[in-house]
Amino acid sequence: MTDLVIIGGGPAGMSAALAAYESGIRDILILERDAALGGILQQCIHNGFGLHKFGQELTGPEYAWKYEKRVHELGIPYKLNTMVLDITYNKVITATNAEDGMFEIKAKAIILAMGCRERPKGALNIAGTRPAGIYSAGTAQKLVNIEGYMPGKNVVILGSGDIGLIMARRMTLEGAKVQAVCELMPYSGGLARNIEQCLNDFNIPLKLSHTVIEIHGKERLSGVTIAKVDDRRKPIMSTAEYIPCDTLLLSVGLIPENELSKSADIELSSVTGGAVVDQDRQTSVSGIFACGNVLHVHDLVDFVSDEAEIAGKCAAEYINGEKCSNISVNLKTDGRIRYTVPQRITQKKDITVYFRVSDVFRNVRINIKNGDKTVFSKKKNKVAPGEMESIQLKAELLDGVSELNLELEEV
Amino acid sequence: MTRELTCIVCPMGCGLKVELDNDKIVSVSGNTCPRGKQYAINECTDPQRTVTTTMRCDGGVVSVKTDHTISKDKIFECMTIINSYFAPLPIHIGDVIIKDIFGANIVATQNKEAAWTIN
Amino acid sequence: MYDVVIIGAGVVGGMLARTLSAYDLKICILEKENDVAMGASKANSGIVHAGFDAKENSLKAKLNVRGAELMPQIAEELGVKYKNNGSLVVGFNDEDVKTIKELYDRGCKNGVRRLRIIDQDELHELEPNISDKAICALHAPTGAIICPYELTIAAIGNAMDNGAELKLNFEVKKIQEHDGYWEIASDKDTVMSHYVVNAAGQYSDAVAKIIGDNSFTVHPRKGEYILLDKECGGLVSHTVFRTPTAMGKGILVSPTVDGNLLVGPTSEDISDKDETSTTIEGFRKLFDADTVKNIPFNKTITSFCGLRSVGSTGDFIISSIKRGFISAGGIESPGLSASPAIAEEIIDMLGVHGLVLCKKNDYNPYRRTAHWFREASVAAKNATIAQNHAYGRVICRCETVTEGEIIEAIHTNPGARDLDGIKRRTRAQMGRCQGGFCMPAIMRILSRELDIPYESISKSGGGSDVICGRTKETL
Repeated sequence: MTDLVIIGGGPAGMSAALAAYESGIRDILILERDAALGGILQQCIHNGFGLHKFGQELTGPEYAWKYEKRVHELGIPYKLNTMVLDITYNKVITATNAEDGMFEIKAKAIILAMGCRERPKGALNIAGTRPAGIYSAGTAQKLVNIEGYMPGKNVVILGSGDIGLIMARRMTLEGAKVQAVCELMPYSGGLARNIEQCLNDFNIPLKLSHTVIEIHGKERLSGVTIAKVDDRRKPIMSTAEYIPCDTLLLSVGLIPENELSKSADIELSSVTGGAVVDQDRQTSVSGIFACGNVLHVHDLVDFVSDEAEIAGKCAAEYINGEKCSNISVNLKTDGRIRYTVPQRITQKKDITVYFRVSDVFRNVRINIKNGDKTVFSKKKNKVAPGEMESIQLKAELLDGVSELNLELEEV
Repeated sequence: MTRELTCIVCPMGCGLKVELDNDKIVSVSGNTCPRGKQYAINECTDPQRTVTTTMRCDGGVVSVKTDHTISKDKIFECMTIINSYFAPLPIHIGDVIIKDIFGANIVATQNKEAAWTIN
Repeated sequence: MYDVVIIGAGVVGGMLARTLSAYDLKICILEKENDVAMGASKANSGIVHAGFDAKENSLKAKLNVRGAELMPQIAEELGVKYKNNGSLVVGFNDEDVKTIKELYDRGCKNGVRRLRIIDQDELHELEPNISDKAICALHAPTGAIICPYELTIAAIGNAMDNGAELKLNFEVKKIQEHDGYWEIASDKDTVMSHYVVNAAGQYSDAVAKIIGDNSFTVHPRKGEYILLDKECGGLVSHTVFRTPTAMGKGILVSPTVDGNLLVGPTSEDISDKDETSTTIEGFRKLFDADTVKNIPFNKTITSFCGLRSVGSTGDFIISSIKRGFISAGGIESPGLSASPAIAEEIIDMLGVHGLVLCKKNDYNPYRRTAHWFREASVAAKNATIAQNHAYGRVICRCETVTEGEIIEAIHTNPGARDLDGIKRRTRAQMGRCQGGFCMPAIMRILSRELDIPYESISKSGGGSDVICGRTKETL
């Protein structure tokens, strides 16, 4: 029996491990499927990480190293190249690696920190051929930054998520010509700063309300046809335009990787794709916690670390028998606010509620309502789907309440 | 003249407004911190960027960056210099590989002990 | 000098090579692509048809029924997944009812066993997700599903294990008749053989023309498909057909042997024999598939397109105009189902042409299933991992494929040489992320095992290079 098993040794897994350690847990094991700790940060060699946590602009590997160093110093055990195959409701983990073969571990508590994956091309049903030269932005990032190889020289990017924007600049720096970034929505899914420093700095056009409608080329990609879309996101055929290119990168969304959560019968949210959790990031299965991009896709790793610290600390409380629940409040949203994390509150304390919105709104109020009564209200100049927002919920607002509604009001 | 900018100093991405009289900066608004103001001033006089990239090393590449910002119009020259170098292994975060390119050092942002292999 | 050269490493060529490899013969398969099963055998519905479709007394009817009978044992010997899930032809109106009765009669004449017509109630009991508008169905319990490229790879692998040779990237350009033998040449290489079988699929008419056989032509008929996530594989258990029309069997909805759900094919006659692009109109037709309710197209994993080889006679063409040279053309549906029987038919003809068949003593009809590790017990897996650590390293996360299985796919006949070859043999890159995570790792394994540069790894041979060079050197 192991006190705490953490699945995933990326930023979430390491932060959670450190927080649990600081809360007195010593019997910890991190299981990491890659050959090194750090997760996806290893290939995110651009800067912009750590402003919240460290007041510094760090690159991904530097940010990860801050945590990895602590893991080494504290001697927290981890297994690399280890793939978890199954988790049960009873917290039995089945994993495999080269040294141990297939093995089982029973844990008192589990923290899920498996991260997310990119939505692939196949899911988009783009017409045309199926040549080489089409990669998700993250795969291209790995090829360029880790392997040191160029996926192509003449690039179109579909989707303006942050990885797509970052790769537009990265490919440009390495000598490729990035012809355009097409975004299906009328707004970008990435951070404003990335549009500025990754596209505008290099005069790369961002084509909003555009998509790729056809792929050309038999063996290697030879071009794509793009078109403007109407407000129902249907292509307007008269606007079709052929762009010759040898590479198409896709940055069309991230999906929390919750196959293991399903095997443990954990309740998942159809909006986030991650588990439904309480303020402690405990899932519907007691003793199983989730944090980071496996719970919901974050915009900044700093928030991943914050969230993982909560999960690590609360998993420690759970192991020590200190986790208590004394209330039950469900947080509901109005659709304009797509989701909140946590979705439910079981303990009366001050809580930061994270949320994302469904569209770009300016001059809004975020209202929290108990029935018809607004119990909290906060003004925001601008909110956008690409950016995670948060509000502080005071403990006293939770008195005698079973449900709170988060609403977005345009003023 | 008014110039509108998106601040890149932090992920908040504040919308900045710079009032210019010819090339002279009259005022900056829209920033929520002093660094935003400095960014706006730089952006209108000498735009600055940090360059993050990789450098060849034994068995592949290692990630590097400029330890300070450099002039935006020197980015590609900086890349050419970095691309002509070969990083020695082992290498650790913060190790200076090239000194003083356009006022910044090129430092490693990754630890690499030996040639990278799949296993 | 070979005894038999087979042009085309599709399911017909593969089944023929395997069947011939039981005899004391020197066999060589020539394939123009970088892998086997690259034409119609790569992209089709994967159905072993019961045999009620083809006209009585046609070659299609005879070979379909016989092939379908042979298939379970062949699948067993080759370790290929085969599932006898049964098929349903669903009718919506009086016209369909008439056609279904005709199909029933025809099936009985063709020798299809246990066929029956079922009413609406029984249909919905069998398949609760069938359209409410369906009024009856032809139920063929002998219908089955199989993975067409897995079958082809395994058949050719087994033939190779029994001594047959395979030459990839060998595009036949010249064929010369000599006294008692044939000389077959590509731009780079030449082979000689006493007998030649043309199983070049879409290009079988072009190959036949080289020796002056203009007796038939083959044209491509496009079929587009959508493949859905494994969580949708249980929507139906049978292969569900619409009542057929002149253009084919219509769009079917079927589970696959790997547990995904397949919707397709469309049907469109075209002229370009290499045109396998999917189209917006095609997607639209597939989205309109109405035999089954609530097909969750938002769970699409991938879409693809295959080309049927439609022959000019309407039937399978297995013919010869010159001694020692046999052509098999127009092997469209039910070609996969019929393939074992097509092989028998061709071998009979080769015998008539004078080929002498002597059984080999050491012929081994069995091939270790490609899924042996996946299907092994935990204890057996651990024993394997202890001996070979590569089986403990999971490379493809979505489908749980280990490095050991990938290495095995490279070194087992016929070895994978590119990324798609690994995908078809191991399922690595075929899951939810479509290779997003594991592709670079698989490239490294291919590079190491085949001792070729990383830069030269391709998606599927030819000019399908994955990368264009190292960073820092391409400026």
